[in-house]
Amino acid sequence: MANKIANNKGMNKKKNRLNLLLKIIGGLFIGFCNGFFGGGGGMLAVPFMLYVLKEEEKISHATAIFIILPLSVISGTIYILNGELVFSKLLPVMLGIIVGGSLGALFLNKIKGKTVAIIFTILMIVAGIRLVIPWK
Amino acid sequence: MEIIFLIIAGVLGGFFAGMGMGGGTLLIPILTIFLGITQKLAQGINLISFIPMAIIALYIHNKNHFVHFKVALPIMFFGIIGSLTGAYFIKDINNQTLSRWFGVFLILLGIFSIVKLLFLYKKPKKQY
Repeated sequence: MANKIANNKGMNKKKNRLNLLLKIIGGLFIGFCNGFFGGGGGMLAVPFMLYVLKEEEKISHATAIFIILPLSVISGTIYILNGELVFSKLLPVMLGIIVGGSLGALFLNKIKGKTVAIIFTILMIVAGIRLVIPWK
Repeated sequence: MEIIFLIIAGVLGGFFAGMGMGGGTLLIPILTIFLGITQKLAQGINLISFIPMAIIALYIHNKNHFVHFKVALPIMFFGIIGSLTGAYFIKDINNQTLSRWFGVFLILLGIFSIVKLLFLYKKPKKQY
C-alpha cells in the first residue's frame, strides 16, 4: 500500500515535470511567434491550453489573453525602440479595435461561431497566399 | 481619408478578436495588403493597438474567474524570453522577406484552423 502511494507520487512528479516542460516549450514558441510576427500569440496560446494542457474552452481564451498581454507590451516596446511605430497610424486602429472588439463580444452568442470561424479561416488562407505569392 | 480606413481595419480585426478568434493575425494583412503599410509597422501597430482591448477583456474575464494564473505564469515567463528573441530578430530582416514568412505563418494557422473546424469543433455552450 505504502509502496503504491510512493509509486503514485513518483508518477505525479513525472507528470508535473512533463507538464512544466510542455509549458516551457509552448511558452518559448508562442513568445517567439508573437515577437517575430507581431501577433498570432493568442491563436497559438488558446489551442495550446485547450488541446495540450486540456483546459476548458473559456479558461483557455481568458488565460491566453493574460499570457499574451505582457508579451505584446514587451515586444511592442522593442518595436517602438527600434523606431518601427508611427503613432498617427496606431491611434485610429486602436480606436477601431475597441469598437470592433465590443461588437464582436456583443455578437458572440448571436451569430453562429462556426460560420464566423469559416470566414476567418478563408480570409487567413487567402491573405497568406497573397503574401507568399505577391500578385500586382 | 486614411484615418477612416485605419479605423475600419481596427474594427474588422477587433471584431474577430472579440469573437475569440485571432484578430491580430487578420489585422496585419489588412494593413499591409489594403493600406500599403510596411510589414514591420503593421506588426508594431498590431502589438500595441490590442493592449487597451486586452485589458478590458481581461478585467471582465477575471471577474468571472476564467483566468488561471497558476497555469499561465510559467508559459508567460518563457513566453517573454521567446518574444524578446523574436522581436530582436526582425531587426535584420527586410519587410518583403518578413511579409512572406508572415504569409507562410498565416497559411499554417489556416490549415490548423481547417483541421479544427473539421475534427475538433465543439458547439460552444452558452456562457455567462
